[in-house]
Amino acid sequence: MVDILGGIIKALQMILSGDPVLYGILYRSLFFSGIAVILATLWGTPIAMLLGLKDFRGKTLVKTFFNSLIGVPTVVLGLVLFLIFSKGGPLGSLGLLYTPGAIILGEAILVTPILVSIATTAIEAVDPEIMNLSKTLGASESQASLAVLKEAVNGVLLSNIASFNRAIAELGVALLVGGNIAGLTDVLTTAISRYTARGDLDLAIALGIMLMVFVFGINMIVIAARKAKFLLTLGRSPQ
Amino acid sequence: MVIVAELRDLSKVYGDKTVLDGINLQVYEGEILALLGPNGSGKTTLLKILAFIENPTSGEVKFQNKTVSLKDVERARMQSTLVFQKTIAFDTSVYNNIAYGLKIRKVPKNARDEEIRNAIRFVKLEGFEKRPARKLSGGEQQRLAIARALVLRTKLLLLDEPTANLDPRNAAILEEVIATVNREMKTTVVMATHNMFQAKTLPQRIALMSDGRITEVGTPIEIFGKLSKNLASFAAVDNTFTGAARKTDAGTTIVDIGNGLQIQAATQRQGETSIFVNPQDIILSKSAVASSARNVFKGRIIEVLDLGTLVKLKVDIGKPFTVQITKQSFNEMLLNLNTEVYIAFKASNVQVV
Repeated sequence: MVDILGGIIKALQMILSGDPVLYGILYRSLFFSGIAVILATLWGTPIAMLLGLKDFRGKTLVKTFFNSLIGVPTVVLGLVLFLIFSKGGPLGSLGLLYTPGAIILGEAILVTPILVSIATTAIEAVDPEIMNLSKTLGASESQASLAVLKEAVNGVLLSNIASFNRAIAELGVALLVGGNIAGLTDVLTTAISRYTARGDLDLAIALGIMLMVFVFGINMIVIAARKAKFLLTLGRSPQ
Repeated sequence: MVIVAELRDLSKVYGDKTVLDGINLQVYEGEILALLGPNGSGKTTLLKILAFIENPTSGEVKFQNKTVSLKDVERARMQSTLVFQKTIAFDTSVYNNIAYGLKIRKVPKNARDEEIRNAIRFVKLEGFEKRPARKLSGGEQQRLAIARALVLRTKLLLLDEPTANLDPRNAAILEEVIATVNREMKTTVVMATHNMFQAKTLPQRIALMSDGRITEVGTPIEIFGKLSKNLASFAAVDNTFTGAARKTDAGTTIVDIGNGLQIQAATQRQGETSIFVNPQDIILSKSAVASSARNVFKGRIIEVLDLGTLVKLKVDIGKPFTVQITKQSFNEMLLNLNTEVYIAFKASNVQVV
């Protein structure tokens, strides 16, 4: 019989004592997911702006494509990326497999659909006349687009947070392209699976608690930020 | 006279709908020009083209004697700004809203603050600087929109139905602002309106529009002085009707506007006459009340338009009459679609146009 209570107590002791192995894993998880979201934002936001602001042939198809990809099983994406990054694969020569770079890139690709979809919806929800308002006050096309993006900032922020949640909580990509190498590419989810398989339940529970605290914590921040929206609104300049 | 903007053989087509057709118009420096026409006559599209946020399908737009091509559009926009009919504001403070255009023009902060202060004072929004713009009332938001445009000191100020949907107090403030801007800042103003009174008093010239065409251009005296066919065709404008008028022994005039409706006006007219009744001058009641009003008709409500503190109702008495009442009255009287009501207005409130 597994001693769950004992495991939780030990886990809490490890968390409170600042166990370097635990915190190393936590740090890697935060770092990889953070960079992945930044990358996805860099290429996903322009896509969302294009989808939210412009009309073009095949737009619905592109939107459907991104929406469908939100639910892609992480392990399937992990497998595809493994094949691409492995020695015989098209990008094998880059030597990315089993490196932090592979995890970051993989997670960035994983969260792009969710980021694009939420950000597009937020941009579409902005009054279309905001674009004309900016222009008639002298804005160029790109300045006017930026004004729309600023109006959608809460939605765009939400898309970042949802992406971060997805990245930090996923297992498939990190496991298959990261290789779960202790101290190098293991993250919260992959380490939990390793320690559970090994029977190191104290460590697994401790990591599980940390993961949950972060996921809940982020959601709490979102709720608080929404409450503080009034204050944010005042401080924000549309330009 | 110096021409600020000129439209030549201009047309605009959306899909298979021609919105503007063969428009030729000159806007003179320092004037207030009103585009007067019913809804859907192309006024807004014309203003958007003058604001360079919409491109014509064909024809030429000249601004300060230069033809504006697609690549000059962003430069021309700096000298022409449009205040939309629908109040719209950036989701930020009043101050930041007004600052937007100045920041685009890279005006230094000190100069910017000074300009914004002046503009805020001008539209009587002192003390509102830090408020979230979208929390302002409709009238206040419209004044903010004017301040946001004024602060840019553009050559051309375009206003799309600036006082439509406003209560009388805010409408009066805005009309005063428009007149002052034109007089003191020498700003050229082009405004779209379907309010005949505004068209009669504010502008130096009027361009009558219907079905995407400009049918007549002239001074208010020229336009309203003779009963033109175009003006008479303005049945689409709220509470404007045309009919045969005959004098009464009491010194008033009865205008037969059709469907058995005889309207009494406190004026002496004979023959074909167009009349207008301001929606605010009509009293609405649920039963016939004894009053001094010479015109009392029974009808039912066929349309309800919520304008915030005000409600615009369309009452069918044989012809549709627009009536404007406060939201409070609307709620207290338990009005709704199809409610039977009486409308009443004095003969002296019937304006002959």
